Amino acid sequence: MANLFNKFRSLEETRAGLVAGSGVDPFHVVVERVVSATEAIINGRKVIMAGTNNYLGLTFDPECVAAACRAVSEEGTGTTGSRMANGSYAAHVALENELAAFFNCPAAIVFSTGYIANLAILSTLTGSEDVILLDADCHASIYDGTRLGSAQVIRFQHNNPADLEKRLQRLGDRAGNTLVVVEGIYSMLGDRAPLREIVDMKNRYGAFLLVDEAHSLGVLGQQGRGLAEALEVEAEVDFITGTFSKSLGSIGGFCVSRWPELETVRYAMRPYIFTASSSPSLIASTRKALEILHRSSALRKKLWDNATQLYQGLAAMGFELGPEISPVIAVRLPATVAETTALWNELLSQGIYVNLVLPPATPGGKPLLRCSLSAAHSQAQINAMLDAFSHFKEKLQAHA
Amino acid sequence: MQSKEAILDQLYVLIRPYASEPIELCAETGLINEVGLDSVKVMELMTQIEDHFDISVPLNILPRVNSLGDLAEQLQQLLKDS
Repeated sequence: MANLFNKFRSLEETRAGLVAGSGVDPFHVVVERVVSATEAIINGRKVIMAGTNNYLGLTFDPECVAAACRAVSEEGTGTTGSRMANGSYAAHVALENELAAFFNCPAAIVFSTGYIANLAILSTLTGSEDVILLDADCHASIYDGTRLGSAQVIRFQHNNPADLEKRLQRLGDRAGNTLVVVEGIYSMLGDRAPLREIVDMKNRYGAFLLVDEAHSLGVLGQQGRGLAEALEVEAEVDFITGTFSKSLGSIGGFCVSRWPELETVRYAMRPYIFTASSSPSLIASTRKALEILHRSSALRKKLWDNATQLYQGLAAMGFELGPEISPVIAVRLPATVAETTALWNELLSQGIYVNLVLPPATPGGKPLLRCSLSAAHSQAQINAMLDAFSHFKEKLQAHA
Repeated sequence: MQSKEAILDQLYVLIRPYASEPIELCAETGLINEVGLDSVKVMELMTQIEDHFDISVPLNILPRVNSLGDLAEQLQQLLKDS
């Protein structure tokens, strides 16, 4: 008999098979209590969190917490509607001005999440006569944004400027109506876009370029503005999107542009118009985190020290890792999905939480364990991670 | 302009190595169900098809492609427009 849920049966069977094969349900992990930026209680015991994207560890920063508490006391728990309908709070506008100043751009728009930022920009900026050329490994929010819009969508091979050029060539005159989309740091393998070469291509063919700096804001660049700053190509990047939910330790998203016309696009973006705006506490802690990020590079330096130490330690143990040192460290395993899930649980039982990422969400279709480092991780925690992975390696060899 | 049949003949050659088991390919053959392609293999195959015909295949057309015949029709249109 027809049933709305029939189409989800295969998904449920896959999930049940995974649980039966590995003995755990990795999608039902409950963080019982958050202890700090790097520790939580899971299954009744303290665990080092090494998969949170909390790159600068600002979720418990006293200044950010105080700013959020003050805002919630003074302005309430929520905005209860969208900015178009209910009006913007002064702090929304202030954050947009601060982001514009931080990125040296004339236009900035704040969104309620990073996902919505990409959904809104990708679905609205390009129309039915336009083309989006996106890196194959772009985040789901970018893909979903293109699906909501009407532009023609073409993928190019991940981090392959020659493949991008081939596709720009094929577009002929339409290249001028094309938006190229890449990420500063890719979320699964932690690798960076070859942005200088991509900028060169977009200039040569007269296309526009959007860089999603979700994982590179606060991580790359002298001032922490991301990959475009690190490679000194900011003036040639047309749009930068990003999120507040990683280095800035809250929730929200943004787009900045060297084109002042972005301000007009605001009034056409349905995901912006019809979403409740960020709560005062989120905006307040984000503004404080942006100020901290701007003020000092010490956290960034600590983050890279931690990332380098873990990456080099894992590489020395013989793990297959992402192609470069990064605060996102992907461990690719020669194991089945069920075996990888069981090994992931083994790490958790040793007190280390990392992300379990399964195909088809992984590049190359192989399961992987994804670690993300934080400036707040202590030397003892990095050592504990390395010890756990060392035990894990022995288990892996036993499996083989 | 290439005929649909000529495009199909080229597709058979390109797709045959991707079939999970030996299968007689025809215009009605289903790409996912019968050839047995997963999402990763679909993308590998599309890259080969793009290079072979020197076109870019937009993602937007994929929901309209179930069989090899559907794919040939879409490619025929893209070749006409390029």
